[in-house]
Amino acid sequence: MRAFFAFVKKECLEQYRTGKLLMLFAVFVLFGIMNPAIAKLTPWLMESLSESLAQAGMTVTEYTVTAVDSWAQFYKNIPMALIVFVLAECGIFTKEYNANTLVLCLTKGLSRRKVMLAKTSVLFLLWSALYFVCFGITYAYSAYYWDNSAVGFLGFGVFLWWLLGVLAVMLIPLFSALFNANTGVAAGVGAVFGGAYLLGLIPALKEYSPAFLMKTAPLTYKTAESGDYLGAVTVTALLCVVAFACAFPVFDKKQL
Amino acid sequence: MLEIKGLYKRFGDKEVLCGLDLSVPKNSVFGFIGKNGAGKTTTMKAVLGLIKTDGGEIFVDGEAVSYGETPTNRKIGYLPDVPEFYPFMTAREYLALCGDITGTDKKEAASRGEELLELVGLSSEKHRIGGYSRGMKQRLGIAQALFSRPKLLICDEPTSALDPVGRKEILDILRAASSQTTVLFSTHILSDVERICTDVAFLDGGRVNLKGKLSEIKERYSTDEYVLEPASADGAEELLRCFGFLKPEEDNAISFKDDGGTLFEILGYVSRREIPILRVERKEPSLEALFMEAVGK
Repeated sequence: MRAFFAFVKKECLEQYRTGKLLMLFAVFVLFGIMNPAIAKLTPWLMESLSESLAQAGMTVTEYTVTAVDSWAQFYKNIPMALIVFVLAECGIFTKEYNANTLVLCLTKGLSRRKVMLAKTSVLFLLWSALYFVCFGITYAYSAYYWDNSAVGFLGFGVFLWWLLGVLAVMLIPLFSALFNANTGVAAGVGAVFGGAYLLGLIPALKEYSPAFLMKTAPLTYKTAESGDYLGAVTVTALLCVVAFACAFPVFDKKQL
Repeated sequence: MLEIKGLYKRFGDKEVLCGLDLSVPKNSVFGFIGKNGAGKTTTMKAVLGLIKTDGGEIFVDGEAVSYGETPTNRKIGYLPDVPEFYPFMTAREYLALCGDITGTDKKEAASRGEELLELVGLSSEKHRIGGYSRGMKQRLGIAQALFSRPKLLICDEPTSALDPVGRKEILDILRAASSQTTVLFSTHILSDVERICTDVAFLDGGRVNLKGKLSEIKERYSTDEYVLEPASADGAEELLRCFGFLKPEEDNAISFKDDGGTLFEILGYVSRREIPILRVERKEPSLEALFMEAVGK
């Protein structure tokens, strides 16, 4: 276990010293602040645009902002944050292949499984920490300005997007074991999410597609219940386990 | 220490190793010589279990090497031609990571790290590895390779990317390390082999064409030719005049073939005439000549 924790420490040091951690932290904090800020500014924005909208024949009525608007922004922005996360972290393995830095550790007897486990653990913890920083900021501001209890199934909705992030986290090591370039890894993760989206277009299968987890609006407006997402949650969780389990044997056989 | 039996490796249509057999004795400094692309790195990566071979067996200290999971690597220190490290770490942090990976006791790891940094001349270096020169990285490469006191140290062309000063430094460190470990040293720089190797193997066409103790190979391929160097040009001219079969060489040296008595005849003459002599030696085949012989050129 000492080798595993040493490699985890090395990964954390890399995230910190290369500035990646700071950059991701800034992005997630920014998104966390933007969600309530945009909601708060919406009436002012509508008012400032009212004249031009009136010229176009549209009438702007008075709009009361609630915590629902803030969380609607959260669900709109979190995909962007996830994309930034994947793009920033898709080179976590491939950078080591290209720089030949992993070879020296492996030739010291460090097992490939420990490398895989350490990097996946760091990605999982990093995604979870950054996601809940973003969530925490939005929650705190929304609670300060409005009332979070107006939002339907808030905890569950937030869990769904966290789970989608976990799926991306589990796909990065798998595609890193398959490809040598970070573009291949990013494309692989993108292809799985694209495939899930296409699957979601088939009416009979849409409730089982991971893409269904992105549809959090019905939860927020209380027109759906958490049980409606059971199929998609199960499939996504299974995909996470399968991707995680497959990454090990593929990485074991990878020529470095 | 290392046994390779009938090793095969093919990359696409190209057969890089065709039944390579090699035996590296314990406590030797083994020069693994071959042209660029001869298969030296492929062989070393196979020994480290980093590439899948198409046939053959490899044993390190009696233990079989398998591709992927390689417990035999605990007995090996590896220095690639251009070692790459985590640029955001310092040398001390990197060696501490080596200690954690190899499971060395924390206290022992810290003192071993200091000892090795001293050996490679990096003990006062506090900067991150990202700012190191190639020579500094090579020296740190040796430190990390020796960290766990390996039984076998594999060096893949460790001097090929260095300037003469850097080369000398690395060879001196390897010579010092050879008292505690077996060194397998691949190179195409023959003067480096002459400097530190006790045993050699010449690789060509995916096979070892010539191998053995360097001194024995040289003896086997030595000729009956001698070189004699008088201290002055006058002495050399007198000998050339007196013995018509002598051949002039560089400086004042002259060479001749001893066919059972010629050497004594010349030395007798030199003694009688009191001609000052700087050296008399049997002409040894150069490593370059042996290499050409081995690769059939």
